[in-house]
Amino acid sequence: MNKIKASATTIYILFLMLPIYWLVSMSFKDTSEILGGFTLWPQKVTFQHYITIFTDPTWYVGYINSITYVGLNTLISVTVALPAAYAFSRYRFLGDKQMFFWLLTNRMAPAAVFALPSFQLYSALGLFDTHWAVALAHCLFNIPLAVWILEGFMSGVPKELDETAFLDGYSFPRFFIKIFIPTVAAGIGVAAFFCFMYSWVELLLAKTLTSVNAKPIAAIMTRTSSSAGFDLGLLAAAGSLTIIPGAIVIYFVRNYIAKGFALGRV
Amino acid sequence: MAKLSFKNVKHSYLANPQNPSDYALQDVDFTWSDGGAYALLGPSGCGKTTLLNIISGLLKPSEGQILFDSTDVTAMSPDQRHIAQVFQFPVIYDTMTVYDNLAFPLKNRGVDEASIKQRVEKIAEMLDLSGSLHNRASGLTADGKQKISLGRGLVRTDVNAILFDEPLTVIDPHLKWLLRSKLKELHQQVKRTMIYVTHDQTEALTFADKVVVMHEGQIVQVGTPTELFEKPKHTFVGHFIGSPGMNIFPCKIFGNRVMFEDYALEVHGEISEKLVVGKAEVGVRPEFITFSNKGIPVNVVKVDDIGRLRIVEVRHKGQSFKMVLKEGEAIPDKDVHISFDVNHTHVYCNGWVIN
Amino acid sequence: MSIKTENNKAWFLIIPVIILMGLNAFVPLMTVINYSFQETFGDNVFFWEGLKWYDQILHSDRFHSAFLRQVMFTSIILSIEIPLGIAVALALPRKGALVSLCLVLVALPLLIPWNVVGAMWNIFALPDLGLLGKMINGMGIDYNFTRDPLAAWFTTVLMDVWHWTSLVVLLSYAGLRSIPDAYYQAAKIDGATNWAIFRYIQLPKMKSVLIIAILLRFMDSFMIYTEPFVLTGGGPGNSTTFLSIDLVKIALGQFDLGPAAAMSLIYFMFILFVCWIFYTIMMKDEGK
Repeated sequence: MNKIKASATTIYILFLMLPIYWLVSMSFKDTSEILGGFTLWPQKVTFQHYITIFTDPTWYVGYINSITYVGLNTLISVTVALPAAYAFSRYRFLGDKQMFFWLLTNRMAPAAVFALPSFQLYSALGLFDTHWAVALAHCLFNIPLAVWILEGFMSGVPKELDETAFLDGYSFPRFFIKIFIPTVAAGIGVAAFFCFMYSWVELLLAKTLTSVNAKPIAAIMTRTSSSAGFDLGLLAAAGSLTIIPGAIVIYFVRNYIAKGFALGRV
Repeated sequence: MAKLSFKNVKHSYLANPQNPSDYALQDVDFTWSDGGAYALLGPSGCGKTTLLNIISGLLKPSEGQILFDSTDVTAMSPDQRHIAQVFQFPVIYDTMTVYDNLAFPLKNRGVDEASIKQRVEKIAEMLDLSGSLHNRASGLTADGKQKISLGRGLVRTDVNAILFDEPLTVIDPHLKWLLRSKLKELHQQVKRTMIYVTHDQTEALTFADKVVVMHEGQIVQVGTPTELFEKPKHTFVGHFIGSPGMNIFPCKIFGNRVMFEDYALEVHGEISEKLVVGKAEVGVRPEFITFSNKGIPVNVVKVDDIGRLRIVEVRHKGQSFKMVLKEGEAIPDKDVHISFDVNHTHVYCNGWVIN
Repeated sequence: MSIKTENNKAWFLIIPVIILMGLNAFVPLMTVINYSFQETFGDNVFFWEGLKWYDQILHSDRFHSAFLRQVMFTSIILSIEIPLGIAVALALPRKGALVSLCLVLVALPLLIPWNVVGAMWNIFALPDLGLLGKMINGMGIDYNFTRDPLAAWFTTVLMDVWHWTSLVVLLSYAGLRSIPDAYYQAAKIDGATNWAIFRYIQLPKMKSVLIIAILLRFMDSFMIYTEPFVLTGGGPGNSTTFLSIDLVKIALGQFDLGPAAAMSLIYFMFILFVCWIFYTIMMKDEGK
């Protein structure tokens, strides 16, 4: 039984790694090798494509853009979601259930539906092609998600904690920052992870709301594949580099993954 | 059904145990007779759950053998051993009805429908569950769920022993008593070996015919509740059982005389200086200390009225003693002395009784 | 769980969320609703059209077939990813040094930008240069996802399974981890088979996370845009043109704002309706 399990796990992980391997190996092949024929691994390792990316500003600025708006968005989403999640987890109030459901419905809205009106909105606000536009637009799906995750974690914290603190003479803001936030730190970590993830991987809105100055790396890749012909090696190198931030983030939250993915609801 | 023996069983959770303290269970050699009601009593972390899991087969001991009658079952899995176990928290199959829960172990063993029905109904009746047989098990209260856990053990006709791992932890106090007497009643009906793990002496003493007291991975004493009370074999037993626990204080032994400070004590049985290697102590239960005219002079420090009894704390120099006074017994005003009941004054060396 | 106190001041805590969501969700949604009833020929001149666009969309073959493709795609990937995800979660080690490594590797596809996923699979599946394409062709099967609709579907589905099964795995794994050891021990003592343990212990305990998994996978696969767009561009022909791809074509490609808006709303309402059913089941379950 254990052997079957171990081999099933191995096969699945191999299946996950194969396309990634192919991408990475492609990024180390030179163009003539790629087009010359089929090779399982790079015959002559070249860093050519990586050098291009790190020296050409149109490439590396894309990374900076992506990281900037993803960071901004994560910060905004979690900060705003914290008090709201607290309200939903502790109080009953007029229209609370409806409000919660409405929030969740926004997570269900196809980005394609919002692409055009968002473009018009942020153009009208004068934010088009800034990091802020993307960071704010991604709040559309990240705030509901963050509220939902945090509400799950907060409901697991006994109410007596709040009551004791208030009896001890803490004001609400001081209690919230000094006591409550550290208590739900794991939940905040998980929520931040999810916000990072969805903002990092989303492209439709990010692409629609930017043109030059704030263009995300992933969108620059798309441009390359269509306009400058099919420079597969460069594309593969750029793609490989986009995997790294995700891998780093997962590494940091690895111990919370199992609980975190259940959104605190297990 | 069978008698259950442990032959030099040791267990350690470490891969390479070095010292005795690495063992959760240190060399247990003991036989549980068939049909007995045992309580396994001891504080948290004394190894009682380890011992229980070794009986059921959930754990394989590092060393030693377990025999059911004369069959070696050390390597057998729980279901091959025909053991039932009730856990601390009720384990029920949420999606099934009460009936299906009770029938589950029988179905797994391929028993035919008609026998299952008959058996389940009989057990449900014993457990007062007949009324809710066709309800969802998840809707029951904690004590109902715990009854189902127990019922799944009782339905099987092949069970050698039923093990209980602190089964009343999550039950409301007023229902604990009911469920405990139900267990006792069931034991008399089914005559199966039952082993009941607890750290609560009241639970242990009311349930069991024989109480097995464990301390730091060892069995320190096995006996009836009376034996544990009147003649504790180890200072731990004296201390752990009884409320308040036994008074234990240092003494010196010269020849065959036992001395506490400047006072000679009369003790149960014969004592000889030769028997004492190491720390010598005297143990007397609070129930066996009385006020008298002579003996050890003391001051009364504190009196606690606990209803029909009074617990009096007295002190001689640095050593305090607790004693239990029945209703109506007076506390002298001055020249207070205490004396001990000879038959219940024991001498311990390094913790173990020697007289 | 403790009972919540009634307090309408709690609204103040939600104000920041309402402002941001109003900006990002409410304003664009109103714009879309506005467009869906009007016709424009540019220069910000609009004419009231009533329900014309709705009528047109609901009766258009193009929408019907895109919708049908979408439903088919979502059903296929759900019926693969959910059982596969559960199976992998069951197979993953429960303790030991390998747990973290396995979880990190399993989670990796989830953090790759969606168009990179598309690009990666494009490179991976190219019939002449890709590992997958080469392997399939090497087995004697004629495989070219840019020409053959069946191959395109196969590749898209495989890509989605690759990309998203991990989410189901991680959710199920979280559910499995919450089962106390006593349940497994009791089942062992009751003589339960592995199947019975799965059916009566593991599956019921995973139920709530599985509902979340199905909900998320339904929503996300129904909204899928970037990955198939990069991989196949919706083709060959229209064979992999799912709803979002079609919508973007109409809105940003042809700039038919009215029909695009009407289609958006029908699309959104459908997802909302299905999710509402899930949500109701979930809340009923939590209330118990």
